[in-house]
Amino acid sequence: MIEINNVSKWYGSFQVLTDCTTQVSKSEVVVVCGPSGSGKSTLIKCVNALEPFQQGSIVVNGIAVQDPKTDLPKLRAKVGMVFQNFELFPHMTITDNLAIAQIKVLGRSRDEAVDKGLKLLDRVGLKAQAAKFPGQLSGGQQQRVAIARALAMDPICMLFDEPTSALDPEMINEVLDVMVQLAHEGMTMMCVTHEMGFARKVANRVIFMDRGAIVEDAAKEDFFGQPRSERAQAFLAKILNH
Amino acid sequence: MNYHWDWMFFFQETDDGLKYYDWILSGLGWTTFVSLASLVVALILGSVLGVMRTTPKRWLVGLGDAYVDLFRNVPLIVQLFMWFFVVPELVPENIGLWMKQDLPYFVIAIVGLGLYTAARIAEQVKAGINSLSRGQRFAGLALGFTEWQTYRYVRLPMAYRIVLPALTSEAMNIFKNSAVTYAVGILELYFQYKQIIEKTSQVLEITIVVTLCYFVLAFVMNRILAFVEARTRVPGLIVGTKGSK
Ligand SMILES: Nc1ncnc2c1ncn2[C@@H]1O[C@H](COP(=O)(O)OP(=O)(O)OP(=O)(O)O)[C@@H](O)[C@H]1O
Ligand SMILES: [Mg+2]
Repeated sequence: MIEINNVSKWYGSFQVLTDCTTQVSKSEVVVVCGPSGSGKSTLIKCVNALEPFQQGSIVVNGIAVQDPKTDLPKLRAKVGMVFQNFELFPHMTITDNLAIAQIKVLGRSRDEAVDKGLKLLDRVGLKAQAAKFPGQLSGGQQQRVAIARALAMDPICMLFDEPTSALDPEMINEVLDVMVQLAHEGMTMMCVTHEMGFARKVANRVIFMDRGAIVEDAAKEDFFGQPRSERAQAFLAKILNH
Repeated sequence: MNYHWDWMFFFQETDDGLKYYDWILSGLGWTTFVSLASLVVALILGSVLGVMRTTPKRWLVGLGDAYVDLFRNVPLIVQLFMWFFVVPELVPENIGLWMKQDLPYFVIAIVGLGLYTAARIAEQVKAGINSLSRGQRFAGLALGFTEWQTYRYVRLPMAYRIVLPALTSEAMNIFKNSAVTYAVGILELYFQYKQIIEKTSQVLEITIVVTLCYFVLAFVMNRILAFVEARTRVPGLIVGTKGSK
Protein backbone atom coordinates (compact mmCIF):
# COMPACT_ATOMS: atom_id res chain seq x y z
CA MET A 1 0.00 0.00 0.00
CA ILE A 2 2.82 2.41 0.96
CA GLU A 3 6.32 1.77 -0.36
CA ILE A 4 9.12 4.06 0.71
CA ASN A 5 12.32 3.43 -1.27
CA ASN A 6 15.67 5.02 -0.47
CA VAL A 7 14.19 8.41 0.38
CA SER A 8 16.60 11.20 1.24
CA LYS A 9 15.71 14.79 1.95
CA TRP A 10 17.67 17.92 2.70
CA TYR A 11 16.78 21.32 4.13
CA GLY A 12 19.50 23.31 2.45
CA SER A 13 22.67 21.50 3.39
CA PHE A 14 21.09 19.80 6.40
CA GLN A 15 20.08 16.22 5.68
CA VAL A 16 16.79 15.40 7.44
CA LEU A 17 16.20 11.97 5.92
CA THR A 18 18.92 9.52 4.94
CA ASP A 19 18.13 6.67 2.61
CA CYS A 20 14.87 5.62 4.29
CA THR A 21 13.30 2.40 3.03
CA THR A 22 10.24 0.65 4.42
CA GLN A 23 6.74 -0.35 3.44
CA VAL A 24 3.28 -0.66 4.90
CA SER A 25 1.09 -3.42 3.50
CA LYS A 26 -2.67 -3.39 3.33
CA SER A 27 -4.25 -3.60 6.81
CA GLU A 28 -0.88 -3.37 8.46
CA VAL A 29 -0.26 -1.08 11.42
CA VAL A 30 3.25 0.34 11.57
CA VAL A 31 4.41 2.45 14.49
CA VAL A 32 7.25 4.92 13.96
CA CYS A 33 9.19 6.12 16.99
CA GLY A 34 12.46 7.83 17.74
CA PRO A 35 13.94 10.82 19.53
CA SER A 36 12.82 14.39 18.88
CA GLY A 37 14.23 15.77 15.65
CA SER A 38 14.93 12.35 14.19
CA GLY A 39 12.75 13.05 11.14
CA LYS A 40 9.58 11.11 11.94
CA SER A 41 7.22 13.93 11.06
CA THR A 42 9.19 14.70 7.94
CA LEU A 43 9.06 11.10 6.76
CA ILE A 44 5.34 10.74 7.32
CA LYS A 45 4.66 14.06 5.57
CA CYS A 46 6.62 12.80 2.57
CA VAL A 47 4.12 9.96 2.20
CA ASN A 48 1.32 12.32 1.10
CA ALA A 49 3.74 14.83 -0.42
CA LEU A 50 3.15 17.53 2.17
CA GLU A 51 6.94 17.68 2.15
CA PRO A 52 8.93 17.21 -1.05
CA PHE A 53 12.03 15.03 -1.08
CA GLN A 54 15.03 15.07 -3.36
CA GLN A 55 15.96 11.40 -3.71
CA GLY A 56 14.20 8.06 -3.75
CA SER A 57 10.59 7.22 -4.39
CA ILE A 58 7.36 6.75 -2.49
CA VAL A 59 4.55 4.77 -4.05
CA VAL A 60 1.08 4.91 -2.49
CA ASN A 61 -1.50 2.51 -3.85
CA GLY A 62 0.49 2.21 -7.07
CA ILE A 63 0.90 5.96 -7.55
CA ALA A 64 4.35 7.57 -7.43
CA VAL A 65 4.12 10.54 -5.07
CA GLN A 66 7.22 12.33 -6.40
CA ASP A 67 6.10 12.11 -10.03
CA PRO A 68 5.37 15.67 -11.22
CA LYS A 69 2.44 14.31 -13.24
CA THR A 70 0.71 12.90 -10.15
CA ASP A 71 -2.52 14.67 -9.21
CA LEU A 72 -1.52 15.35 -5.60
CA PRO A 73 -4.87 16.67 -4.29
CA LYS A 74 -6.55 13.54 -5.62
CA LEU A 75 -3.94 11.29 -4.02
CA ARG A 76 -4.03 13.13 -0.69
CA ALA A 77 -7.81 12.92 -0.58
CA LYS A 78 -7.40 9.15 -0.34
CA VAL A 79 -4.78 9.28 2.40
CA GLY A 80 -6.13 10.35 5.78
CA MET A 81 -3.88 12.35 8.07
CA VAL A 82 -4.13 13.27 11.73
CA PHE A 83 -1.86 15.91 13.27
CA GLN A 84 -0.38 16.51 16.67
CA ASN A 85 -2.30 19.77 17.08
CA PHE A 86 -5.60 18.48 15.62
CA GLU A 87 -5.77 21.29 13.05
CA LEU A 88 -9.52 21.45 12.92
CA PHE A 89 -10.74 24.56 11.11
CA PRO A 90 -11.60 26.88 14.00
CA HIS A 91 -14.16 29.03 12.17
CA MET A 92 -16.39 26.10 11.19
CA THR A 93 -18.78 24.03 13.25
CA ILE A 94 -17.84 20.42 13.85
CA THR A 95 -20.40 19.42 11.22
CA ASP A 96 -18.81 21.71 8.64
CA ASN A 97 -15.34 20.51 9.54
CA LEU A 98 -16.51 17.00 8.73
CA ALA A 99 -18.37 17.95 5.56
CA ILE A 100 -16.31 20.60 3.79
CA ALA A 101 -13.72 18.42 2.09
CA GLN A 102 -16.30 15.81 1.14
CA ILE A 103 -18.22 18.55 -0.64
CA LYS A 104 -15.37 20.54 -2.16
CA VAL A 105 -12.99 17.70 -2.97
CA LEU A 106 -15.15 14.63 -3.52
CA GLY A 107 -18.12 16.52 -4.91
CA ARG A 108 -20.64 14.96 -2.56
CA SER A 109 -23.89 16.77 -1.91
CA ARG A 110 -24.15 18.65 1.35
CA ASP A 111 -26.81 16.31 2.71
CA GLU A 112 -24.75 13.27 1.91
CA ALA A 113 -21.61 14.81 3.41
CA VAL A 114 -23.33 15.90 6.61
CA ASP A 115 -24.98 12.53 6.95
CA LYS A 116 -21.69 10.71 6.59
CA GLY A 117 -19.94 13.15 8.92
CA LEU A 118 -22.53 12.72 11.64
CA LYS A 119 -22.35 8.95 11.42
CA LEU A 120 -18.59 9.08 11.96
CA LEU A 121 -19.01 11.62 14.73
CA ASP A 122 -21.33 9.19 16.44
CA ARG A 123 -18.74 6.49 16.00
CA VAL A 124 -16.12 8.51 17.88
CA GLY A 125 -18.72 9.22 20.57
CA LEU A 126 -19.29 12.91 19.91
CA LYS A 127 -22.68 13.11 18.26
CA ALA A 128 -23.85 15.71 20.77
CA GLN A 129 -21.08 18.13 19.76
CA ALA A 130 -22.07 18.48 16.09
CA ALA A 131 -23.19 22.11 16.29
CA LYS A 132 -20.25 23.31 18.37
CA PHE A 133 -17.02 24.93 17.24
CA PRO A 134 -13.59 23.32 17.75
CA GLY A 135 -12.63 25.90 20.38
CA GLN A 136 -15.50 24.65 22.53
CA LEU A 137 -14.20 21.07 22.69
CA SER A 138 -11.46 19.50 24.79
CA GLY A 139 -8.23 18.42 23.11
CA GLY A 140 -9.23 14.77 23.18
CA GLN A 141 -12.59 15.56 21.63
CA GLN A 142 -10.97 17.70 18.94
CA GLN A 143 -8.59 14.91 18.03
CA ARG A 144 -11.45 12.42 17.75
CA VAL A 145 -13.23 14.86 15.43
CA ALA A 146 -10.02 15.15 13.40
CA ILE A 147 -9.94 11.38 13.00
CA ALA A 148 -13.60 11.36 11.96
CA ARG A 149 -12.87 14.15 9.47
CA ALA A 150 -10.15 12.08 7.85
CA LEU A 151 -12.33 8.95 7.82
CA ALA A 152 -15.15 10.85 6.12
CA MET A 153 -13.03 10.89 2.96
CA ASP A 154 -13.06 7.06 2.86
CA PRO A 155 -9.27 6.89 3.00
CA ILE A 156 -7.35 3.82 1.84
CA CYS A 157 -4.83 4.37 4.63
CA MET A 158 -4.26 6.68 7.58
CA LEU A 159 -1.19 8.62 8.71
CA PHE A 160 -0.90 9.77 12.32
CA ASP A 161 1.75 12.22 13.51
CA GLU A 162 1.94 12.03 17.31
CA PRO A 163 -1.85 12.24 17.68
CA THR A 164 -1.76 12.10 21.48
CA SER A 165 1.35 14.05 22.43
CA ALA A 166 -0.45 17.40 22.71
CA LEU A 167 -3.11 15.91 24.99
CA ASP A 168 -3.50 15.94 28.74
CA PRO A 169 -2.84 12.43 30.07
CA GLU A 170 -6.48 11.79 30.95
CA MET A 171 -7.51 12.32 27.31
CA ILE A 172 -4.94 10.11 25.66
CA ASN A 173 -6.92 6.91 25.99
CA GLU A 174 -10.10 8.19 24.40
CA VAL A 175 -8.08 8.89 21.25
CA LEU A 176 -6.06 5.69 21.40
CA ASP A 177 -9.28 3.70 21.79
CA VAL A 178 -10.54 5.09 18.49
CA MET A 179 -7.22 4.22 16.83
CA VAL A 180 -7.23 0.69 18.25
CA GLN A 181 -10.74 0.19 16.94
CA LEU A 182 -9.64 1.40 13.52
CA ALA A 183 -6.72 -1.00 13.53
CA HIS A 184 -9.02 -3.87 14.41
CA GLU A 185 -11.25 -2.98 11.49
CA GLY A 186 -8.29 -3.50 9.20
CA MET A 187 -7.33 0.09 8.43
CA THR A 188 -3.83 0.47 7.02
CA MET A 189 -2.04 2.78 9.44
CA MET A 190 1.32 4.48 9.78
CA CYS A 191 1.57 6.06 13.22
CA VAL A 192 4.27 8.23 14.64
CA THR A 193 3.74 7.77 18.38
CA HIS A 194 5.56 7.11 21.59
CA GLU A 195 2.58 5.26 23.05
CA MET A 196 4.22 1.87 23.41
CA GLY A 197 1.08 0.42 24.95
CA PHE A 198 -0.69 1.17 21.69
CA ALA A 199 2.20 -0.32 19.71
CA ARG A 200 2.10 -3.49 21.81
CA LYS A 201 -1.63 -3.83 21.35
CA VAL A 202 -2.07 -3.29 17.61
CA ALA A 203 1.21 -2.71 15.78
CA ASN A 204 2.47 -5.28 13.30
CA ARG A 205 5.83 -3.59 12.98
CA VAL A 206 7.78 -0.91 14.77
CA ILE A 207 10.22 1.43 13.06
CA PHE A 208 12.85 3.24 15.08
CA MET A 209 14.38 6.36 13.55
CA ASP A 210 17.43 8.30 14.64
CA ARG A 211 19.09 11.29 12.95
CA GLY A 212 17.04 10.92 9.79
CA ALA A 213 17.73 7.23 9.26
CA ILE A 214 15.62 4.14 9.87
CA VAL A 215 17.77 2.33 12.39
CA GLU A 216 15.39 -0.47 13.23
CA ASP A 217 12.47 -1.92 11.30
CA ALA A 218 11.20 -5.01 13.03
CA ALA A 219 8.13 -7.06 13.81
CA LYS A 220 6.58 -5.88 17.06
CA GLU A 221 7.61 -9.03 18.96
CA ASP A 222 11.23 -8.62 17.88
CA PHE A 223 11.29 -4.93 18.61
CA PHE A 224 10.04 -5.32 22.16
CA GLY A 225 11.71 -8.66 22.80
CA GLN A 226 15.13 -9.21 21.37
CA PRO A 227 18.37 -7.27 21.46
CA ARG A 228 18.85 -4.80 18.69
CA SER A 229 20.66 -1.52 18.05
CA GLU A 230 21.96 0.20 21.16
CA ARG A 231 20.30 3.46 20.27
CA ALA A 232 16.89 1.84 20.07
CA GLN A 233 17.49 0.06 23.36
CA ALA A 234 18.46 3.26 25.11
CA PHE A 235 15.45 5.05 23.63
CA LEU A 236 13.07 2.29 24.63
CA ALA A 237 14.45 2.16 28.15
CA LYS A 238 13.93 5.88 28.47
CA ILE A 239 10.34 6.04 27.28
CA LEU A 240 9.22 2.89 29.07
CA ASN A 241 10.59 4.12 32.36
CA HIS A 242 8.94 7.47 32.59
CA MET B 1 -13.09 87.35 20.82
CA ASN B 2 -15.17 89.29 18.38
CA TYR B 3 -15.75 86.59 15.79
CA HIS B 4 -19.10 87.01 14.13
CA TRP B 5 -20.93 83.68 14.34
CA ASP B 6 -23.43 83.11 11.59
CA TRP B 7 -24.78 79.60 11.24
CA MET B 8 -27.40 80.73 8.78
CA PHE B 9 -24.85 81.41 6.04
CA PHE B 10 -25.15 77.74 5.03
CA PHE B 11 -28.57 78.63 3.63
CA GLN B 12 -27.33 81.57 1.60
CA GLU B 13 -27.29 81.33 -2.13
CA THR B 14 -23.98 80.93 -3.93
CA ASP B 15 -22.88 82.21 -7.35
CA ASP B 16 -24.08 79.05 -9.07
CA GLY B 17 -27.57 79.32 -7.62
CA LEU B 18 -27.08 76.53 -5.06
CA LYS B 19 -26.85 77.03 -1.32
CA TYR B 20 -23.64 76.53 0.65
CA TYR B 21 -25.08 73.47 2.32
CA ASP B 22 -25.59 72.00 -1.16
CA TRP B 23 -21.85 72.36 -1.73
CA ILE B 24 -21.17 70.53 1.49
CA LEU B 25 -23.59 67.75 0.70
CA SER B 26 -22.14 67.38 -2.76
CA GLY B 27 -18.62 67.26 -1.31
CA LEU B 28 -19.74 64.71 1.24
CA GLY B 29 -21.20 62.61 -1.55
CA TRP B 30 -17.98 62.64 -3.54
CA THR B 31 -15.87 61.90 -0.50
CA THR B 32 -18.08 58.94 0.36
CA PHE B 33 -18.16 57.65 -3.19
CA VAL B 34 -14.43 57.99 -3.90
CA SER B 35 -13.54 56.48 -0.51
CA LEU B 36 -15.85 53.48 -0.73
CA ALA B 37 -14.95 52.74 -4.34
CA SER B 38 -11.23 52.97 -3.46
CA LEU B 39 -11.81 50.71 -0.48
CA VAL B 40 -13.33 48.05 -2.74
CA VAL B 41 -10.36 48.28 -5.12
CA ALA B 42 -7.97 48.16 -2.16
CA LEU B 43 -9.64 45.18 -0.50
CA ILE B 44 -9.66 43.08 -3.64
CA LEU B 45 -6.16 43.96 -4.82
CA GLY B 46 -4.75 43.97 -1.28
CA SER B 47 -6.11 40.47 -0.66
CA VAL B 48 -4.65 39.17 -3.92
CA LEU B 49 -1.27 40.71 -3.10
CA GLY B 50 -1.36 39.52 0.50
CA VAL B 51 -2.09 35.97 -0.64
CA MET B 52 0.63 36.14 -3.31
CA ARG B 53 3.20 37.04 -0.67
CA THR B 54 2.42 33.92 1.37
CA THR B 55 2.53 31.37 -1.48
CA PRO B 56 5.44 28.97 -1.95
CA LYS B 57 6.08 30.53 -5.39
CA ARG B 58 9.07 32.84 -5.11
CA TRP B 59 8.29 35.01 -8.10
CA LEU B 60 4.78 35.70 -6.76
CA VAL B 61 6.26 36.67 -3.39
CA GLY B 62 8.82 38.91 -5.09
CA LEU B 63 6.18 40.61 -7.20
CA GLY B 64 3.95 41.23 -4.17
CA ASP B 65 6.83 42.51 -2.07
CA ALA B 66 7.94 44.90 -4.80
CA TYR B 67 4.43 46.28 -5.13
CA VAL B 68 4.10 46.91 -1.41
CA ASP B 69 7.53 48.52 -1.13
CA LEU B 70 6.77 50.84 -4.00
CA PHE B 71 3.23 51.87 -3.16
CA ARG B 72 3.71 52.15 0.58
CA ASN B 73 6.77 54.33 0.44
CA VAL B 74 5.74 56.91 -2.15
CA PRO B 75 3.50 59.66 -0.73
CA LEU B 76 -0.12 59.40 -1.80
CA ILE B 77 -0.18 62.80 -3.41
CA VAL B 78 2.86 61.95 -5.53
CA GLN B 79 1.16 58.74 -6.62
CA LEU B 80 -1.96 60.64 -7.65
CA PHE B 81 0.09 63.09 -9.70
CA MET B 82 1.84 60.14 -11.31
CA TRP B 83 -1.45 58.62 -12.43
CA PHE B 84 -2.68 61.95 -13.73
CA PHE B 85 0.37 63.47 -15.34
CA VAL B 86 3.15 60.91 -15.71
CA VAL B 87 1.45 57.66 -16.66
CA PRO B 88 -0.47 59.17 -19.63
CA GLU B 89 2.89 60.25 -21.11
CA LEU B 90 4.45 56.80 -20.65
CA VAL B 91 1.72 54.66 -22.20
CA PRO B 92 1.09 54.44 -25.97
CA GLU B 93 -0.10 57.75 -27.31
CA ASN B 94 -3.70 56.88 -28.02
CA ILE B 95 -4.19 55.41 -24.54
CA GLY B 96 -2.51 58.46 -23.00
CA LEU B 97 -4.83 60.74 -24.91
CA TRP B 98 -7.83 58.73 -23.82
CA MET B 99 -6.68 58.94 -20.19
CA LYS B 100 -6.30 62.69 -20.44
CA GLN B 101 -9.47 63.47 -22.37
CA ASP B 102 -12.13 60.80 -21.91
CA LEU B 103 -11.41 58.95 -18.68
CA PRO B 104 -13.34 60.67 -15.86
CA TYR B 105 -11.08 62.21 -13.21
CA PHE B 106 -12.74 60.30 -10.44
CA VAL B 107 -11.80 56.96 -11.98
CA ILE B 108 -8.12 57.85 -11.89
CA ALA B 109 -8.49 59.19 -8.34
CA ILE B 110 -10.20 55.99 -7.22
CA VAL B 111 -7.55 53.82 -8.85
CA GLY B 112 -4.78 55.96 -7.30
CA LEU B 113 -6.20 55.89 -3.78
CA GLY B 114 -7.18 52.22 -4.15
CA LEU B 115 -3.73 51.13 -5.30
CA TYR B 116 -2.09 53.07 -2.47
CA THR B 117 -4.38 51.56 0.16
CA ALA B 118 -4.02 48.08 -1.38
CA ALA B 119 -0.36 48.04 -0.35
CA ARG B 120 -1.35 48.64 3.26
CA ILE B 121 -4.10 46.02 3.15
CA ALA B 122 -1.73 43.52 1.53
CA GLU B 123 0.52 43.96 4.54
CA GLN B 124 -2.36 43.19 6.93
CA VAL B 125 -3.63 40.21 4.96
CA LYS B 126 -0.15 38.74 4.79
CA ALA B 127 0.33 39.22 8.54
CA GLY B 128 -3.02 37.53 9.16
CA ILE B 129 -2.21 34.51 7.02
CA ASN B 130 1.25 34.15 8.54
CA SER B 131 -0.16 34.27 12.04
CA LEU B 132 -1.99 30.98 11.39
CA SER B 133 -0.18 27.75 12.16
CA ARG B 134 1.49 25.98 9.24
CA GLY B 135 -0.54 22.97 10.25
CA GLN B 136 -3.75 24.59 9.00
CA ARG B 137 -2.41 24.59 5.46
CA PHE B 138 -1.15 21.03 5.85
CA ALA B 139 -4.53 19.92 7.19
CA GLY B 140 -6.28 21.44 4.20
CA LEU B 141 -3.86 19.92 1.70
CA ALA B 142 -4.06 16.53 3.44
CA LEU B 143 -7.83 16.53 2.89
CA GLY B 144 -7.25 16.98 -0.83
CA PHE B 145 -7.67 20.76 -1.10
CA THR B 146 -5.63 22.53 -3.73
CA GLU B 147 -3.33 25.31 -2.54
CA TRP B 148 -5.98 27.82 -3.61
CA GLN B 149 -8.73 25.94 -1.72
CA THR B 150 -6.68 26.07 1.48
CA TYR B 151 -6.81 29.86 1.13
CA ARG B 152 -10.45 29.98 0.18
CA TYR B 153 -11.86 27.69 2.86
CA VAL B 154 -9.23 27.47 5.58
CA ARG B 155 -6.75 30.31 5.76
CA LEU B 156 -8.43 33.48 4.52
CA PRO B 157 -11.58 33.13 6.65
CA MET B 158 -9.40 33.04 9.77
CA ALA B 159 -6.88 35.59 8.53
CA TYR B 160 -9.61 38.19 7.86
CA ARG B 161 -11.07 37.64 11.31
CA ILE B 162 -7.67 38.14 12.89
CA VAL B 163 -6.86 41.34 11.03
CA LEU B 164 -10.34 42.87 11.09
CA PRO B 165 -9.32 45.45 13.73
CA ALA B 166 -6.41 46.55 11.54
CA LEU B 167 -8.60 46.59 8.44
CA THR B 168 -11.09 48.72 10.34
CA SER B 169 -8.53 51.43 10.90
CA GLU B 170 -7.51 51.29 7.22
CA ALA B 171 -11.15 51.66 6.23
CA MET B 172 -11.49 54.67 8.53
CA ASN B 173 -8.25 56.18 7.22
CA ILE B 174 -9.38 56.06 3.64
CA PHE B 175 -11.93 58.85 4.24
CA LYS B 176 -9.16 61.06 5.56
CA ASN B 177 -6.79 60.13 2.75
CA SER B 178 -9.46 60.84 0.15
CA ALA B 179 -9.07 64.56 0.94
CA VAL B 180 -5.86 64.47 -1.07
CA THR B 181 -7.85 63.84 -4.26
CA TYR B 182 -8.91 67.50 -4.26
CA ALA B 183 -5.45 68.15 -5.71
CA VAL B 184 -6.39 66.30 -8.87
CA GLY B 185 -9.72 68.03 -9.24
CA ILE B 186 -12.20 65.88 -7.34
CA LEU B 187 -14.90 68.13 -5.91
CA GLU B 188 -14.96 66.35 -2.62
CA LEU B 189 -15.46 67.60 0.90
CA TYR B 190 -12.06 69.19 1.40
CA PHE B 191 -12.29 70.95 -1.95
CA GLN B 192 -15.67 72.43 -0.97
CA TYR B 193 -14.29 73.35 2.42
CA LYS B 194 -11.48 75.37 0.84
CA GLN B 195 -13.87 76.93 -1.64
CA ILE B 196 -16.32 78.03 1.03
CA ILE B 197 -13.55 79.51 3.16
CA GLU B 198 -12.46 81.57 0.19
CA LYS B 199 -15.97 82.81 -0.53
CA THR B 200 -17.16 83.56 3.02
CA SER B 201 -15.51 84.51 6.26
CA GLN B 202 -17.30 81.89 8.36
CA VAL B 203 -14.18 79.81 8.96
CA LEU B 204 -15.22 78.40 12.32
CA GLU B 205 -18.69 77.24 11.32
CA ILE B 206 -17.51 75.55 8.19
CA THR B 207 -14.55 73.96 9.95
CA ILE B 208 -16.82 72.57 12.62
CA VAL B 209 -19.27 71.19 10.07
CA VAL B 210 -16.62 69.61 7.85
CA THR B 211 -14.83 68.10 10.82
CA LEU B 212 -18.14 66.63 11.93
CA CYS B 213 -18.73 65.19 8.47
CA TYR B 214 -15.36 63.38 8.49
CA PHE B 215 -16.00 62.21 12.02
CA VAL B 216 -19.41 60.79 11.15
CA LEU B 217 -18.05 58.96 8.09
CA ALA B 218 -15.28 57.32 10.12
CA PHE B 219 -17.64 56.57 12.96
CA VAL B 220 -20.24 54.90 10.76
CA MET B 221 -17.52 52.78 9.13
CA ASN B 222 -16.25 51.82 12.56
CA ARG B 223 -19.74 50.74 13.69
CA ILE B 224 -20.38 48.75 10.53
CA LEU B 225 -17.13 46.82 10.92
CA ALA B 226 -17.72 46.33 14.64
CA PHE B 227 -20.99 44.71 13.63
CA VAL B 228 -19.20 42.50 11.10
CA GLU B 229 -16.68 41.57 13.79
CA ALA B 230 -19.44 40.58 16.19
CA ARG B 231 -21.26 38.59 13.52
CA THR B 232 -18.17 36.64 12.48
CA ARG B 233 -16.81 36.01 15.95
CA VAL B 234 -15.98 32.35 16.42
CA PRO B 235 -17.43 30.81 19.58
CA GLY B 236 -14.81 29.41 21.92
CA LEU B 237 -11.93 31.08 20.14
CA ILE B 238 -9.76 33.90 21.40
CA VAL B 239 -8.03 35.47 18.43
CA GLY B 240 -4.98 37.61 18.91
CA THR B 241 -4.55 40.82 16.97
CA LYS B 242 -1.04 40.20 15.74
CA GLY B 243 -2.09 41.82 12.48
CA SER B 244 -1.85 45.48 13.39
CA LYS B 245 1.48 47.04 12.59
N1 LIG C 1 11.13 23.61 7.54
C1 LIG C 1 12.30 23.18 8.07
N2 LIG C 1 13.46 23.78 7.76
C2 LIG C 1 14.62 23.36 8.28
N3 LIG C 1 14.75 22.32 9.12
C3 LIG C 1 13.64 21.67 9.48
C4 LIG C 1 12.34 22.05 8.97
N4 LIG C 1 11.42 21.22 9.50
C5 LIG C 1 12.09 20.36 10.28
N5 LIG C 1 13.41 20.63 10.27
C6 LIG C 1 14.45 19.87 10.99
O1 LIG C 1 14.40 18.54 10.53
C7 LIG C 1 14.64 17.65 11.60
C8 LIG C 1 13.56 16.61 11.66
O2 LIG C 1 12.35 17.23 12.02
P1 LIG C 1 11.03 16.40 12.30
O3 LIG C 1 9.96 17.38 12.65
O4 LIG C 1 10.77 15.50 11.16
O5 LIG C 1 11.43 15.54 13.56
P2 LIG C 1 10.53 14.62 14.48
O6 LIG C 1 11.19 13.31 14.54
O7 LIG C 1 9.13 14.65 14.01
O8 LIG C 1 10.65 15.33 15.87
P3 LIG C 1 9.55 15.56 17.03
O9 LIG C 1 9.52 14.32 17.84
O10 LIG C 1 10.10 16.71 17.80
O11 LIG C 1 8.26 15.85 16.37
C9 LIG C 1 14.78 18.48 12.86
O12 LIG C 1 16.14 18.62 13.15
C10 LIG C 1 14.18 19.80 12.48
O13 LIG C 1 14.83 20.85 13.16
MG1 LIG D 1 7.33 15.43 14.81
